[in-house]
Amino acid sequence: MFAYIVRRSAYGAVVVMGVLAILFALFFLYASPQEIALRAVGEKAPQEVIDQWIENHGYNRPLDELLVDHYRRMLTFDFGRSDADDTPIIDRLREGAGPSLSLTLPLFVLGLVLGIGLSLFVAYFRGTYIDTAGVVLAVLGMSVSVLLYIIGGQFLIGKLLRWFPISGFDPSPDLILRFLALPILIATAEGLGGSLRFYRTVFIEETSRDYVRTARAKGCGDGRIMARHVLRNAMIPILTRVVVAIPFLFTGSLLLESFFGIPGLGSLMVDAIQGNDFATLRVMVFIGSLLFIFAQIATDVSYTLVDPRVRLE
Amino acid sequence: MTAVLSVDGLETSFPVGSRRVAVVDGVSFQVAAGEVLALVGESGCGKSVTALSTLRLIPKPGHIDRGTISLNGRNLLELSVGDMRRVRGREAAMIFQEPMTSLNPVQTVGSQVAEAIRLHERTSAGDARRRSIELFDRVRIPDPDVRFDSFPHEMSGGLKQRVMIAMALALHPKLLIADEPTTALDVTIQAQILELLRELQREFDTAILLITHDLGVVNELADRIAVMYAGRIVEEGTREEILTHARHPYTRGLLRSIPSLARRGQRLEEIAGVVPPPRDWPAGCRFCTRCSEVLPRCESELPDARNFSSTHSARCFAIPESAS
Repeated sequence: MFAYIVRRSAYGAVVVMGVLAILFALFFLYASPQEIALRAVGEKAPQEVIDQWIENHGYNRPLDELLVDHYRRMLTFDFGRSDADDTPIIDRLREGAGPSLSLTLPLFVLGLVLGIGLSLFVAYFRGTYIDTAGVVLAVLGMSVSVLLYIIGGQFLIGKLLRWFPISGFDPSPDLILRFLALPILIATAEGLGGSLRFYRTVFIEETSRDYVRTARAKGCGDGRIMARHVLRNAMIPILTRVVVAIPFLFTGSLLLESFFGIPGLGSLMVDAIQGNDFATLRVMVFIGSLLFIFAQIATDVSYTLVDPRVRLE
Repeated sequence: MTAVLSVDGLETSFPVGSRRVAVVDGVSFQVAAGEVLALVGESGCGKSVTALSTLRLIPKPGHIDRGTISLNGRNLLELSVGDMRRVRGREAAMIFQEPMTSLNPVQTVGSQVAEAIRLHERTSAGDARRRSIELFDRVRIPDPDVRFDSFPHEMSGGLKQRVMIAMALALHPKLLIADEPTTALDVTIQAQILELLRELQREFDTAILLITHDLGVVNELADRIAVMYAGRIVEEGTREEILTHARHPYTRGLLRSIPSLARRGQRLEEIAGVVPPPRDWPAGCRFCTRCSEVLPRCESELPDARNFSSTHSARCFAIPESAS
């Protein structure tokens, strides 16, 4: 297994180098140093200020020098300062991680527990009206745009019912829940349809297997069969879906954070995209790709924990 | 001999298109303690559905519509779900055709046998483990204490079937239902498994309902034989009565289609055609579409069982009167 992890990490390193190359190419083909500077110092700034900014940020160097610098910085995690406001990027990451995680982590856990719990319930009643109703609701839920969930939820719960604030964020312990409740509620409802359908299919496929019949023949009750036999065997498809979602806990949710005004890493990335902030954007993409590759290896390793037939070589 | 299992007028149906078809249609039989009754027939004749119905393990949308299934005098069809669960594994157990897939792949084989014990008896994990290892030894699994912690994929098909047998016999059930227990195994392993079943059956005085299409297996193990065709039992008798004095054209056709050394060099006979699907079953005798001795009345009338001895009966109009 160790050899497997080393080999997969080596492949991953190649992918990361490629990601950095593409980032570099895309950015310098898309925006010239002149344009980046204009965004940072303002459209009406005099040419001297712009030239000064470009020189300070080192964008006046030849491309090959920039490229070497790009790789050196990323690979040593020396992220530097934002092109937009000159703050150290590492500080922005630290500030954004808290709000992002406080949104994505409960969302992740809640989605997982509800998705699996409801699917076990529906799969247990397969073929009855409970199952049919569950599937119809799930498909309906999946068919509605996420934007409608957000705007509709904000309107209904935030504006009409006034249960929670429409948007905003406050990290103090007694206020944070009030602000996070609405995005968590809306995003959980939005994701439930897809996960219900996915997990239900997985569970129903497992319940038709021969070993389930054996378990019933020795006197296992339905609840025990679901919890002890089916769930454990369904872990491979579940892990495949769940573990690769973990990196996005750290990178935050672009959509939710911008709609609900949460100052997390998702907002940071949206701002970086809108502000031609190459320095910040490349860090976000670089970290995202690192985490993604790590999660893929972790998925493979997790298979060996739940299924004795899987051997990594 | 009192019957351990007595099935009477069993009818199990599955939906076919918009209507339900009884794929097991009025099946009755008894199995006594220490007796092996073989339920024999081609694929699709309803013998596996009969076996699963007996323990109420018919998967939805199948349903038992009529009949009684009494095990030790209790009608299983009247039991609550919970009571039925307590019957399965303790009073009646089952082993299946596919040892490869019938065990949970992510649990050790030992824990699955121990689970069977602990589902029905309040006992410690250590005790269940010890008893499971004893059972492994009993069904002649080599290195039972090591094998307890093996996973199914680490075992051969024959060993897995031994595990299934150990699991089924863990609580000394009065009835064992064996659904094609050797079909998926090599011939040499088949013989070992049959021998083991025979031995355990004598030791525990278990009644065995053996489901098979293999008349070789029947010859090894069965005391009595019931021949099924298209959801009904067409002939029933002791092993000798069926294997050497079969009356029903279907049974005789089945027997003629076994290769034998005595008829070496001759062309092997077969019964023309296949079992029709349930929706095409004729109103009268269901074998009439393939029978070489078919009479006009066979297509519309269902023949009553005719007795040839106290143990031998068949449902057929074409058997000459003088024979009975």
